[in-house]
Amino acid sequence: MSSLDQKASSSATTERVKASLRKRYAAEKRFKLYGIVAISASIAFLFLLMGSIISKGLPAFSQTYVNLNVSLSAEQLDIDPTATDSELRRANFSGVIKQAMRDRFPDVSKRRDKKALYSLISTGAEYDLYDRIVADRSLIGQNVNLWLIADDELSAIVKSKSDLSAPDSIVTRLTDQQVGWAKNLQDAGDVDVRFNRTFFVNGDSREPELAGIKAALMGSAFTLLITFTLSFPIAVASAIYLEEFAPQNRWTDIVEVNINNLAAVPSIVFGLLGLAVFINFFHLPRSAPIVGGIVLSLMTLPTIIISSRAALKAVPPSIREAARGLGASPLQVVTHHVLPLAMPGILTGTIIGLAQALGETAPLLMIGMVAFIVDIPTSVTDAATVLPVQVFLWADSPERAFLEKTSAAIMVLLVFLILMNAIAVMLRKRFERRW
Amino acid sequence: MSTTTLFLLTIGLGIASYAYGRSRAYSVAKRHGGVRALHSLPSHYGMMVALWCALPALAIIISWKIIEPSLISNMLDSAIPQAIHDGGVEAVKLYKNDIGNLVDSEKIASIDNAEKKLAAERLTNLRSTSALALFVLALTVAIAGAALALRKIKPETRARHKVERVVKFFLISCASLAILTTIGIVFSVLFEATRFFQEVGFLEFVTGTKWSPQTAIRADQVGASGSFGAVPLFLGTLLISFIAMLVAVPFGLMSAIYLAEYASRPVRNIAKPLLEILAGIPTVVYGFFAALTVAPALRSVGESIGLSVSSESALAAGAVMGIMIIPFVSSLSDDVITAVPQSMRDGSYGLGATKSETVRKVVIPAALPGIVGGVLLAVSRAIGETMIVVMAAGLAANMTANPLEAVTTVTVQIVTLLTGDQEFDSAKTLAAFALGLMLFVVTLFLNIIALHVVRKYREQYE
Amino acid sequence: MPSSAQEAFDKLTHTVGTPTVDNAKMQTRNVNVFYGEKQAIYDVDLDIGQNEVIAMIGPSGCGKSTFLRCLNRMNDTIPSCRVTGQMSLDGEDLYGADLDPVLLRARVGMVFQKPNPFAKSIYDNVAYGPRIHGLAGNRAELDDIVVDSLRKAGLYDEVKDRLDAPGTSLSGGQQQRLCIARTIAVSPEVILMDEPCSALDPIATARIEELIDELRENFAIAIVTHSMQQAARVSQRCAYFHLGKLVEVDDTSTVFTNPQHELTENYITGRFG
Repeated sequence: MSSLDQKASSSATTERVKASLRKRYAAEKRFKLYGIVAISASIAFLFLLMGSIISKGLPAFSQTYVNLNVSLSAEQLDIDPTATDSELRRANFSGVIKQAMRDRFPDVSKRRDKKALYSLISTGAEYDLYDRIVADRSLIGQNVNLWLIADDELSAIVKSKSDLSAPDSIVTRLTDQQVGWAKNLQDAGDVDVRFNRTFFVNGDSREPELAGIKAALMGSAFTLLITFTLSFPIAVASAIYLEEFAPQNRWTDIVEVNINNLAAVPSIVFGLLGLAVFINFFHLPRSAPIVGGIVLSLMTLPTIIISSRAALKAVPPSIREAARGLGASPLQVVTHHVLPLAMPGILTGTIIGLAQALGETAPLLMIGMVAFIVDIPTSVTDAATVLPVQVFLWADSPERAFLEKTSAAIMVLLVFLILMNAIAVMLRKRFERRW
Repeated sequence: MSTTTLFLLTIGLGIASYAYGRSRAYSVAKRHGGVRALHSLPSHYGMMVALWCALPALAIIISWKIIEPSLISNMLDSAIPQAIHDGGVEAVKLYKNDIGNLVDSEKIASIDNAEKKLAAERLTNLRSTSALALFVLALTVAIAGAALALRKIKPETRARHKVERVVKFFLISCASLAILTTIGIVFSVLFEATRFFQEVGFLEFVTGTKWSPQTAIRADQVGASGSFGAVPLFLGTLLISFIAMLVAVPFGLMSAIYLAEYASRPVRNIAKPLLEILAGIPTVVYGFFAALTVAPALRSVGESIGLSVSSESALAAGAVMGIMIIPFVSSLSDDVITAVPQSMRDGSYGLGATKSETVRKVVIPAALPGIVGGVLLAVSRAIGETMIVVMAAGLAANMTANPLEAVTTVTVQIVTLLTGDQEFDSAKTLAAFALGLMLFVVTLFLNIIALHVVRKYREQYE
Repeated sequence: MPSSAQEAFDKLTHTVGTPTVDNAKMQTRNVNVFYGEKQAIYDVDLDIGQNEVIAMIGPSGCGKSTFLRCLNRMNDTIPSCRVTGQMSLDGEDLYGADLDPVLLRARVGMVFQKPNPFAKSIYDNVAYGPRIHGLAGNRAELDDIVVDSLRKAGLYDEVKDRLDAPGTSLSGGQQQRLCIARTIAVSPEVILMDEPCSALDPIATARIEELIDELRENFAIAIVTHSMQQAARVSQRCAYFHLGKLVEVDDTSTVFTNPQHELTENYITGRFG
């Protein structure tokens, strides 16, 4: 090809390229748009999820109360005024409350209507009464105005700020008659919405308005405690061995590959392991945080080992050489010099691993931590459930009010997770060292 | 004396012997002309004494506690009435359980059956004897160990080496725990699964098309003989995973490409943490969202255009699972895309390629092995994902490719078969382990391939 | 740097020698380049003539590579990089609003320091440019372009039996020739080479140098090199850069036998650099 040919082909190139440019730039724009769409869709989904959960869950943080004039005479309560606390348990609280409701709505006479009327007050009001009387014996024999917990259906229509004078427009399981009573109470100023303490101090309950997350929270705390005490030292020790002492041989290779694979094994398989080994073979108690903690620590171990190794690897060899040059033994080099420097990184990895464990549900279902837990667990061997499992249980409940409880429990769970991750990020930022 | 107290006591003894050993080392050193005369630091001698004191004792306590239950149970046999023994092993087991419960709840006094009372008293007796024996044994060993080690505090004793050997052994055993876990998984799943395959043939399990695990409680019940054909489960799992990947791969990959190649630093700094949050949301939350928000929404959309959508459609579960996996795919792809050397991009730009041409025709082909590895890992995650499908996919073992119908998955069935109270040895619960075995084998296979591919890919550009 | 040389550099306000040529393919006038606050190139005037090889030499960090990368706007990919002054190709302003960087890079090709074949077959590496620019109407035309380019790059005989093999399977020198073939396949008018032989052994280097000499017949070539011998062997003109300034530019023989500027002389005689 001569120089002239080349010139011709060069100018042909110019022409061809020019001709193709518009189309290519359009493709360029389209491609970039796909990227923007993909990332914004993912982020939009995050907001949709959060928004839906927050909007559903917020009402759960408030609780509706009804003001009633209750007559606490010993006779009505059917007790001896000097009754002990345990005798007091058998007092006729429900009768007292029913009487108060009848007094408030004297026109209600039919048996069926009365029953409908009573159902506006939660059964939890009885326990509340008991607590008050135990706290203050002088209440016996008095007529007092008390704010009592309302039933969840009543609570729902009050909290949703529905127009109670138009019962037809409200979606509720309450009858028009019950809505009418509610309207009466509301107009008299006898209905109030307050912060829901119950949600944070109670265990689970069949009654949505009495159900709380404390049992699940304590269960999660005990489980995480076990997970941390087991996984942290073991993971750090493994990471130190693999990073600092392990000889380059087949066994080390196998261990490494094994750890990486374990990190990707589905969590439910760890649940099967827990069921077969710890419960059926070692006969550890079912539903207990100790088993949950062991299973979760086996599950989080690979994660923490991998990040701990990365943190150890980031410590420059010069520091090891310097320490060794001063006559430190290999173990001293690690414990005195390398480990302290790697600690922030290791802790970050540990917190992220624990956050994973906190959100884990499936393996815990396998080992029976899916029980209906009313009592707050007090040790690692008590039957317990954890927050995500509580979410799972409530999500299954038919009552509408459990929907908001579920969302609220999720909010609490997410707050903890975000807190943990924020701490991890802060640790990383604060102690990040560039070598 | 409870075991916890004994445990703590031993550890306390260990700490005390550390202090004593150290001070002993100092005084020995003084006699030999200062600390430098010793081979190791005094604290090493202290550690040595502490380890010699506590380790054997703790080992004894733990092994005792493991052996104790079966030992006591065997010794209890003589106290159990012959009538019960005649009733077979199960009856004896039940009887022993009963007695155990009585003793635990301290109700011996209220037992009216004399034989039972006798057995209960014997059990109490055995237990206290065992506790006492353990107490004496553990403390003797602890003190003997400490004494032995104390005599070894001499300048020529290499205390540091001894201590470091123990520590190193501890490190090695920790690292090997991962192997032990894998072995534990394999054995526990394999063992129960084998028992299942003795009842239900392996072939029937992997080729049968009817899944209804309800076995008869009484032999004479009608229509309740379980059938364990797992094919509908496998297909359901595949369908949902497929839908999930249809969502996760394009969105995850494009997000990664945008973040790695196009996004400005501020955009990256905001978008990446947001994706990380998406990745950190527990699966049970996704499940809740799928079941209570997405599924009803899909259903009403379907109705409005005249489609019948099941309220537990594979589409809802799969789509939400896909969204859950987006950040996973995106962060793995981001890593491999940024690992493609800049010189390759320069080469493409130098020829007059636009950015998207460079990405599509140079960067992605170069990163393909890594991306494929990441996608395989994502598939393995989708297959093993449990909560979303448990909450949103339902139990109907349909064989269908229609994403609007309900299907069930392997993980859903494992959960259903194993939650609630049931006899552990029934075919039903064993079936869960057989499914677990399938799940483990398939995901392990995917993981090994994926990790291998990704590792090879990284080595190529390092 | 001897203090007298420092003085000489500080006094340097214009380039010694003849920066312009009659048949200029590319022209640059008063070019300054900044990376953020830092100035990398000071007031460079330089022409690149038709069918000539111009070598750019100078110590590390003298700005020769930066200058080269401005000639096809490769520096656009670095956000902090700013260019002032005029640069033109056949009289068209490189940084003008109506000049498209994609088109410019098709006309001004580039070969890089490290061979950087794509993760594709040899054939696809060479066909990449023609494909994206739509230069071939059909498969046969594309085949012609690929074979022709490989021939011109002196690689065809070595690879004709394995065009489907990955580009990375070639040796370093072959990879670099593949990259040159890839560049030629687009039929550019100018080829920029950024230390094309620095990663190669002497035999591969000699092969590339030969090739550059052959290519001169069809292209204007600007080559940045670390090796003065290489500059002397392959170029007709030679430009010496120092700390971002173009110190001297002239016929290669003049620069190497009779440098006019003290700095150039110091460099040529090996007193520093």
